[in-house]
Amino acid sequence: MSILVDATTTFIVQGITGREAVNLTRECLDYGAGAKVVGGVTPGRLGREVHGVPVFDTVAQAVQHHGAPIDGSVVTVPPAFTKDAVFEAIENGIKLIVIVTERIPRRDVAQMVELAQLRGARIIGPNCLGIIVPDVVKMGGIGGPAKDAAKSYAPGPVGVISRSGGMTTEMSSTLTAAGLGQSTAVSIGGDAIIGSSYAELMPLFEADEQTQAIVIYTEPGGRMEAELARWVTENQSRLPIVAFMAGRFMDEMPGMSFGHAGTIVEGKEDTATEKIARLAEAGITVAEEISQIPELIQAKLAERSPA
Amino acid sequence: MRFFEYEAREIVKRAGIPVTDFGFTTDAGEARAIAERIGGPVVIKSQVLTGGRMKAGGVQFADTPEEAEAHARDVLALEINGHAPRGVLVDPKAEVAQEYYAGVVWDGIRKQPVMIFSPVGGIDIEQVAEEQPDKVGRRHFSNILPLSEFAAKEVVASTGVTGSALNKLVPIVTKLARLFVAHDMTLAEINPLGRLADGSFVALDAHMDMENEARGRHRALLEDLGVGDEETRQAREATPFELAGEEVDAMDHRGVAGNVTEFDGNLGLVIGAGGGSLTLFDAVRSSGGDPANYCEIGGNPSVRKAAGLAKLVLQKPGVDKIAVMMSIVSNTRVDIVARGVIKACLELGFDPAEKIAIFRIPGAWEDEGYKILDRYGVEYADRSVSLHEAARRAVEKIGAAA
Amino acid sequence: MRKDATFIGVEVTDAVTGDAALAAKLEEVCPVDIYADAGGQVDIVEENLDECVLCRLCLDASPEGTVRVLKLYEGGAVL
Repeated sequence: MSILVDATTTFIVQGITGREAVNLTRECLDYGAGAKVVGGVTPGRLGREVHGVPVFDTVAQAVQHHGAPIDGSVVTVPPAFTKDAVFEAIENGIKLIVIVTERIPRRDVAQMVELAQLRGARIIGPNCLGIIVPDVVKMGGIGGPAKDAAKSYAPGPVGVISRSGGMTTEMSSTLTAAGLGQSTAVSIGGDAIIGSSYAELMPLFEADEQTQAIVIYTEPGGRMEAELARWVTENQSRLPIVAFMAGRFMDEMPGMSFGHAGTIVEGKEDTATEKIARLAEAGITVAEEISQIPELIQAKLAERSPA
Repeated sequence: MRFFEYEAREIVKRAGIPVTDFGFTTDAGEARAIAERIGGPVVIKSQVLTGGRMKAGGVQFADTPEEAEAHARDVLALEINGHAPRGVLVDPKAEVAQEYYAGVVWDGIRKQPVMIFSPVGGIDIEQVAEEQPDKVGRRHFSNILPLSEFAAKEVVASTGVTGSALNKLVPIVTKLARLFVAHDMTLAEINPLGRLADGSFVALDAHMDMENEARGRHRALLEDLGVGDEETRQAREATPFELAGEEVDAMDHRGVAGNVTEFDGNLGLVIGAGGGSLTLFDAVRSSGGDPANYCEIGGNPSVRKAAGLAKLVLQKPGVDKIAVMMSIVSNTRVDIVARGVIKACLELGFDPAEKIAIFRIPGAWEDEGYKILDRYGVEYADRSVSLHEAARRAVEKIGAAA
Repeated sequence: MRKDATFIGVEVTDAVTGDAALAAKLEEVCPVDIYADAGGQVDIVEENLDECVLCRLCLDASPEGTVRVLKLYEGGAVL
């Protein structure tokens, strides 16, 4: 199985006529069993088609045309319009929203997340590449064109959660090359406030029978790793976790941001050193190099499997 | 984007929070005039975006306008941690009965703003939290519902403050919370918040940080405060090399080839993107390499732009070779980046095979890219070579050259 | 007419360079502005040649064999 999405998931693309969104739509339609992209929304473009997907002015029109509730939406509209687009999706009953857009102010993100919580919806991102279930479906630009994604991702027992979209693919490709496929890989976004953190996705992986281990990519900035460490300890998770921490050099450069908006060392808790310590306390192994991840996972799996 | 104290106080004042009758100037003579207007002892405070100004002598007390002028002259000439002051703030020396703390920040885990209050002010709030945790009140508040005053009342009362102080503090903390949200701040802090002998409260110092991404919607305020669009107010000022990087990135709107940060090593880096560049920078250092720069390529930039970035790095004094490395790309094209970096070498009269220590970019259009690299004899690596292994090879080559 | 940059060369058969409709069409389809419509004449913008993304849109837009894109890094292989 998988988390968040599967072959039956229906979704729309908001901002579908944008250059990147057109590519993303093609990629999702082509990958695996072919995503059920049931519509696209760009205000003023009602009646057009993008790769055969009908375009509407409003989410409500898309839902009406589909004739049933729509599961998800990939939002790729400019930062100034993202909050409205996400509110529109949530208020039309959509429960899973992947926000690709970068550079959205935190206030807007927090408002979107708060409304989502009130309505029982979940947000992935912003500033993310989405979700992929190897060989089945992808929702977002993750892994790129279908033939490229097929080179990097394969089905298997490892759940991947990453603050970097590109590194989701780099890590998965390394796992795949070592014969370790993925159950689901989620690019959660590189911003200071995101819809779903590691700890918020863990219960889903925990409940997924296919998933036997977790690999995370992390960076300096924020308290998300401490939250994960706490979750793992409090819930006695069955899943061994291997983490990779990038941006260790930033510890010496407080107040500066590199790579993603969320990576900035503002206090001691934000540093790579401190995070590695928190993760280690919770029994999470921190790999020095990405190439070590497969053997660390293999070792952990061997440890846990009954002899 | 961080505000200077005089700007932060102005923002606080506009929100309806009482402040002292301060003045800001860049001129010692004018400092004297402000002191005369205030008519009593004043404090002269250096306006710099760095800590430790008290220790450095950037805060001086003056009893007379003449003294104020003399101190202002000294403080204006005093660099603190390499920062020249923007000016001085001339502040009446208030008779403070007690110092409090009020602040608002984002909580990335709860994904809500949190108001923080303490009756122990004037020192770092983290220190108070460690030493007297019961003296620090915290309360999250909704970012969708209108903010009601009871939230501030709860947080102030939770620290044991009652009586008329409580009733006077509630509107101040509420206004601070509202201005934090309304102005897209990432930090809004009044410390100290002083209670004067007559029982009234006044903001004695303020720190404000506005989210860079939101600057566009606060143009009017920034213009009013005299903050120019070009003022980035990063933790350290951009170097000429970094400014040149911004120019490269501005060449066209296709993708990113910039975000350059200068270091003093000999291995030039052309790397990308977000997480990949963080990983690669670490990898170069952990293999004993000495990077000349950090940068980011992503979003499929033009050949021109990739070449511009590579040229900038190649021309940096002390750079022997460049390493061109990225995590697996799906949007950025391998062949386009390959053309860019080779073009940079050729245009500068270098042999690409000599100057490019390694090219490790797997992914979109890799076959086409590898053909180009083959033609020029550049060493390249596909996805079977890890990011760390690629970094090690690059560092070894630099070592061999030295 | 043929023009070469470092990586990419483009050749347009002389017989069609005066085709005004083709000149306009090539200018429109090329995403990186390699073709310009110079008053009804096809012109090749040399400084943009190396930006070619190998999309083939110019080949699709012109009569077969009249426009050729050459990969100079591959011994002049024709796209």
